[in-house]
Amino acid sequence: MKKTQNVLIKGTKDGLTLHLDDQCSYEKLKKELNEKLTENQRVNEEHPLITVSVKIGNRFLTDAQQEEIKTIIRQKKNLVVGSIDSNVMAKSDAEQMMRENEIVSVARIIRSGQVLEVPGDLLLIGDVNPGGKVVAGGNVFIMGALRGIAHAGANGNSNAVISASLMMPTQLRINDAISRSPDFTGDEEKREMECAYIDHTDQIIIDRLQALMHLRPNLTRLEGGF
Amino acid sequence: MGEAIVITSGKGGVGKTTTSANIGTALALQGKKVCLVDTDIGLRNLDVVMGLENRIIYDLVDVVEGRCKIHQALVKDKRFDDLLYLLPAAQTSDKSAVNPEQMKVLMDSLKQEYDYIIIDCPAGIEQGYKNAVAGADRAIVVTTPEVSAVRDADRIIGLLEKEENVAPPKLVINRIRSHMMKSGDMLDVDEITTHLSIELIGIVADDDEVIRASNHGEPIALNPNSRASIAYRNIARRILGESVPLQPLEEVDKGVFSKLKKFFGVK
Ligand SMILES: Nc1ncnc2c1ncn2[C@@H]1O[C@H](COP(=O)(O)OP(=O)(O)OP(=O)(O)O)[C@@H](O)[C@H]1O
Ligand SMILES: [Mg+2]
Repeated sequence: MKKTQNVLIKGTKDGLTLHLDDQCSYEKLKKELNEKLTENQRVNEEHPLITVSVKIGNRFLTDAQQEEIKTIIRQKKNLVVGSIDSNVMAKSDAEQMMRENEIVSVARIIRSGQVLEVPGDLLLIGDVNPGGKVVAGGNVFIMGALRGIAHAGANGNSNAVISASLMMPTQLRINDAISRSPDFTGDEEKREMECAYIDHTDQIIIDRLQALMHLRPNLTRLEGGF
Repeated sequence: MGEAIVITSGKGGVGKTTTSANIGTALALQGKKVCLVDTDIGLRNLDVVMGLENRIIYDLVDVVEGRCKIHQALVKDKRFDDLLYLLPAAQTSDKSAVNPEQMKVLMDSLKQEYDYIIIDCPAGIEQGYKNAVAGADRAIVVTTPEVSAVRDADRIIGLLEKEENVAPPKLVINRIRSHMMKSGDMLDVDEITTHLSIELIGIVADDDEVIRASNHGEPIALNPNSRASIAYRNIARRILGESVPLQPLEEVDKGVFSKLKKFFGVK
């Protein structure tokens, strides 16, 4: 009888899926992957690029090992790795993920020259004064007046939003989009309860706070209903 | 044990020295034993405003470097009976001649003998500021109703809030011109206090008498009939813990009036 296979290739409508066994040694896995791909190479010759998603079960691969696997697969000309899925992750990554999903509340005034940075969402109970700056990996919610700079989605999240009870920023930044206040504000109308988000043209738009529930339904984290 | 109060602003020329001289004078008028300390080394002014320049023998740097005893450097204000003294800044050195640790030691020894030590801080946020704040227990931030002055006051407040030994700073708005505030050409008191969100301890009108008095070496607080004098005397009383409502000339707008009343617990 043939020994159990550590590398399984399955075709799906979205491309190929590679199932890599999570019990055998890593060295063995690499060797078998190499062999498997070599023997199958001929089949794919006439196709353009094929995306491969790699499933590694309960195996943990370091970044270097993931690169190695990707390199092996990439060497077979028309294969590219779309994703490597594992059921497990490093504790430090899990903690980082937790931090990025956390809402940090801060009660103080961010004054000129001060910068407040959080990895996830920011709930500021206070003001951001001109010359002050808040930066968040996620959303920025300001209960007071925003008169300085707010930067949401700073690690590359265009879905992040900024909201403030009084929206009079010198500058708004979401991901890498920037919008600044007009150079000459005429009779300053009160801009109360507003939000800022990036629309499909990559522009920062300012709207009523209530628009967010439709634009960013994910802001609701309440499980179930009420 | 006395208290040391630093008078600071960030921006230059907004009235720190004038405020120091007048608060010090007004506290002495209330019978408190006061020592004014000029920490603006290299650009001393407080002695001139107080009219004490010609009596200076030693200065702050001499004291810190041990060239004289503290009492030898203190200049006595003859208008008061042993209540008001000035420790002048050196004119020939620069701000790096003194460090914060030395200032702290100096303040601690002055606090043994005086009820209040009023520290006139130089402009900026560098060494001179750090020296001035080092031994302070309380802080008063001076601003004028101008956007740039308010911005710098905000910066200074942020720095002061990080000082563990200094109580939350209080605000003096200086050089108010009622007609410009009314016409909206100047920030109004309410705008400034909501923006800075610290306690307002007094507002002083822009008054030619202040300049005239300073030029004569007679702080305006000595003149009982001037509007600015009453403002400074009221600030001194508020420092002493009295609840003094805004005087009519301070009555720039109703919002502030009620706010001040709230601050000082007046119904
Ligand atoms: N309330 C006032 N009304 C009119 N003039 C004033 C008032 N307060 C201060 N001044 C004037 O403004 C000028 C600057 O004041 P002052 O020297 O007290 O400021 P400062 O903050 O100590 O300046 P520096 O930063 O240079 O130390 C002086 O000519 C002073 O007389
Ligand atoms: Mg001065």
